Amino acid sequence: MNQREKEEYLREYAVLKSAGKPFFPYIIVKDGVMMIVVIGVIMLMSIMLGGELTAKADATTTTYAPRPEWYYFWAFELLRVIKPPYLVSLATVGIPTIAILLLILLPFYDRNPERHPLRRPVATTAGIFIMGAMFFLSYLGAEAGAPSQVEIGPPPAIAEAGGATMLKWDAGRKLVAQSSCGGCHKIGENGNDGPGPPLTEIGDRLKEGAIRETLINPTRPMPSFAQLGADNIDKMAFFLASLKSGGEGKGTTGGGAEGTGEESEGGSTPGQSPGG
Amino acid sequence: MAKKTPKLASAKEAGVHAVDFVDERTSISGTLRWVMFRPIPKGTNWFYTLGTATMVAFINQVITGIVLGMYYEPSTTRAYESMKYINNEVFLGEFVHGMHRWGSSVMVILIFLHMARTFFFGAYKYPRELNWVIGVALLVLTLLMSVTGYLLPFDQRAYWASVVAMNIAGNAPLIGPFTPDIALGGPDVTTLTLSRFYIIHMMLIPGAIIALIGAHLYLVVKLGTTAPPWVRADKVSADLKEHEG
Repeated sequence: MNQREKEEYLREYAVLKSAGKPFFPYIIVKDGVMMIVVIGVIMLMSIMLGGELTAKADATTTTYAPRPEWYYFWAFELLRVIKPPYLVSLATVGIPTIAILLLILLPFYDRNPERHPLRRPVATTAGIFIMGAMFFLSYLGAEAGAPSQVEIGPPPAIAEAGGATMLKWDAGRKLVAQSSCGGCHKIGENGNDGPGPPLTEIGDRLKEGAIRETLINPTRPMPSFAQLGADNIDKMAFFLASLKSGGEGKGTTGGGAEGTGEESEGGSTPGQSPGG
Repeated sequence: MAKKTPKLASAKEAGVHAVDFVDERTSISGTLRWVMFRPIPKGTNWFYTLGTATMVAFINQVITGIVLGMYYEPSTTRAYESMKYINNEVFLGEFVHGMHRWGSSVMVILIFLHMARTFFFGAYKYPRELNWVIGVALLVLTLLMSVTGYLLPFDQRAYWASVVAMNIAGNAPLIGPFTPDIALGGPDVTTLTLSRFYIIHMMLIPGAIIALIGAHLYLVVKLGTTAPPWVRADKVSADLKEHEG
């Protein structure tokens, strides 16, 4: 904005101001109504949603999947979709820092004297795009299953067998969830898609024995899970080998969560150590 | 009248004297007149109440926060228990806790709406650039408030979200490796972390926010609120209803 434009704006503003009304009592009424609305909404939310607490903090649980406040969901999702390790610090620290800097400096790089949103097409489009992207990422972040959960249902054969087979399958499912396999593998709706291959249909490609072998002697950078013990490895391999195309049931309802949801008071499964 | 109620008259006179005394030494009446009777441009609508709304949400956080602070104990062994006590034993405790918890969400929403209004109306442009910068600083401080406040109830969600947040902060280039030491007071979340987050959440950031809100409001009053960009001085006439919504 050059000097002429500045003076033009100030002149225009002086005219508008002189045609206006005093803050008290004309405008303050609107502000007063808004104050009552805001406090009313907060009170209503408190009454309806309460100030709930989850279980007491426990540093020894490994199954609790923390969720950020909803207004960080977009950053959470960004972190989920950006895979290469060398880009992770860019996603977590770089993008927010750049965003804040761009916001702070906005009046200094946007020198357009025009103020009407329709006469600032670039700024208006950018603003709408950024808001849309944040809404979209927030939605994805809110929808995403936690990587420390596996919400897959048993294949019909195992569901029919029931009893010990079903228990073994379910124990395997919980172990896989707790061992952070989802950190690198996609399993059904859960887990991150990479760097490891998706495990949703791993049973098609590998037999139970081969899966067990991989869990004990994996290809780097996957860690070995040998310290879980042969019994636990067996259960995990049994569960993973059951994951075949078209074989699995619909996502389990309710009980699918692995001690992660806020309602499940964390760290419920006894006697199972977490994976490395 | 003075004859009928001499006591009332003398009380009134004393009141006027007291006000005069303060005014003579502070000129506060001039300031009040400057703030309250400043002209607001034509066309001002409901979008212009979002700033006030944000401030009200902040005042709600201050008041409910003070009430919570009267019962809260920032230690790993007592924090969760004191929150349980607030929820279950204190009169209206859960209500106040809920107002603080959800008030933070409302405040963040209002900040974003207020910013969006300022952005789309081009209100950050000359001569209000500095006020935009102060506003962004207030946004950052508010987000830091939510990070530090999230840990305080010390339940599972609080603990693990803070661990993740610290891991993320630890990833930052240059300052990353030092953040856990500075923020947590060590490698883990301990009582030291809680008292550190507590004092940051209770004094440090709120103090900064109050100071910046003061500066923000001073500039709002000094520079005046903008008119909507579609209201033009040469068109100001009878067809524009005053303060239309």
